[in-house]
Amino acid sequence: MFRRLPDPAAIVTFDFEGATFDACEGDSVAAALLANGVLAFRTTPVSGTPRGPWCLIGECHECLVEIDGEPNRQACMIEVRADMRVRRQHGARMVAGWREE
Amino acid sequence: MRCDGYDVVVIGAGLVGGAIACGLARAGQRVAVLDEEDAAYRASRGNFGLVWVQGKGVGRPEYARWSRASSERWFDLSEALVEDCGLAPCYARPGGVVPALSDDELSDLDSMLAGLGQAAGNAGYEYEILDRSRIRELLPACGPEVAGGTWTPYDGQANPLKLMRGLHASLVARGADYLSGARADGIQPLPGGGFTVRTARGAISGNKVVIAAGHGSKALGAMVGLDVPVHPEHGQILVTERVAPLLDHPTLNIRQTDEGSLLLGASQEDRGFDTSVLARTSRDIAHRAVRVFPCVAALRVVRTWGALRVMTPDGFPIYDQSKAHPGAFVFTCHSGVTLAANHALEASRWVIEGRIPEEMACFSTDRFDVSQAA
Repeated sequence: MFRRLPDPAAIVTFDFEGATFDACEGDSVAAALLANGVLAFRTTPVSGTPRGPWCLIGECHECLVEIDGEPNRQACMIEVRADMRVRRQHGARMVAGWREE
Repeated sequence: MRCDGYDVVVIGAGLVGGAIACGLARAGQRVAVLDEEDAAYRASRGNFGLVWVQGKGVGRPEYARWSRASSERWFDLSEALVEDCGLAPCYARPGGVVPALSDDELSDLDSMLAGLGQAAGNAGYEYEILDRSRIRELLPACGPEVAGGTWTPYDGQANPLKLMRGLHASLVARGADYLSGARADGIQPLPGGGFTVRTARGAISGNKVVIAAGHGSKALGAMVGLDVPVHPEHGQILVTERVAPLLDHPTLNIRQTDEGSLLLGASQEDRGFDTSVLARTSRDIAHRAVRVFPCVAALRVVRTWGALRVMTPDGFPIYDQSKAHPGAFVFTCHSGVTLAANHALEASRWVIEGRIPEEMACFSTDRFDVSQAA
């Protein structure tokens, strides 16, 4: 769906749900996933429908993914790094409540 | 009939005007609702979304009763909106909690609710004082600083944006004319009765006029002999990312929306008509939230905003009809969500009947008249 402009940037590799993807240095995580054909980044907490990036400028929160174990990250606002581990964000983030021992 | 226009012209399409207009339209009145531009001060788009009863009405039992009645009527309002336009305002009433961060805070809450209970008399006032372990049964996310809290079954929450949308869709579905970009600049009482309202979209006439224009009510009221002493009170809200269900009960300053976001609130500052967001206010709100629910510290804040409550000198609503120009009403309050059901299903009838009931006289503007008070 998306094709890259000719770009001399160096290649970095990262992990997406167990697969190894190539990206160009300086890509946002969102751009890197789109370039690899991933369109659905998350499912919504409200209806469970699949969603992908819409605004790509940090406003819409449609591109949420889990990065290196941290949920609800905005893929369009974070630069991809070598060996980053990215997963889809499924529904709402779980938060541990406080438990007194 | 002198006026060939509407039965009622409602000035203001926020939660108060929208609810009154919705009730009027449902009763078959011919209604025009005048709204401003998007850039207007809109308390209705900045509020927290609680339908709250607990603690309200100290020194004014009529207000305690009125708030509680609305929380009951909210189920009917919700049903009416779904019937009219299919939009549910997501009302739920699981009972609300006020957490206390010290024993002193807890004992203050205790005596306040005891006083409200006494004032309620035969109507009763159900509440519970929650000790350290009981509050954790209701809200396991409470942190170690929470010393206890209070609970009443009357408190709940709604989605205020869906409420607003629902009221507008409902009043239109019931035949009212909703006019945006129609800021009211003048009200002219007509010699034989009725009113002409001068707007940015031309003159609009009606047999009656309801001023529900928030901060604009002061200037508009003066045109029909009503002294409406409202002033802006700045409130700021922080919104977190959406998370899985964490809070089964709304609290006074922190609640989880039907869609998963946490709303952290409720500052109170006098800043005139400044709606900007201050970092130190956000810090104070976040700090208190983290003391109550430490897990909030791990959440990202995705939005924040400031809005202006429409406050009266004593904090209670104003419901009044002009003595100089009968047929001109003013309705204003800072609890447009909580009282939406009363306004739609009850107060709209006062306009039709042309008379505000005697038991509501305590909400007239007479109470601010120094010469009367003496």
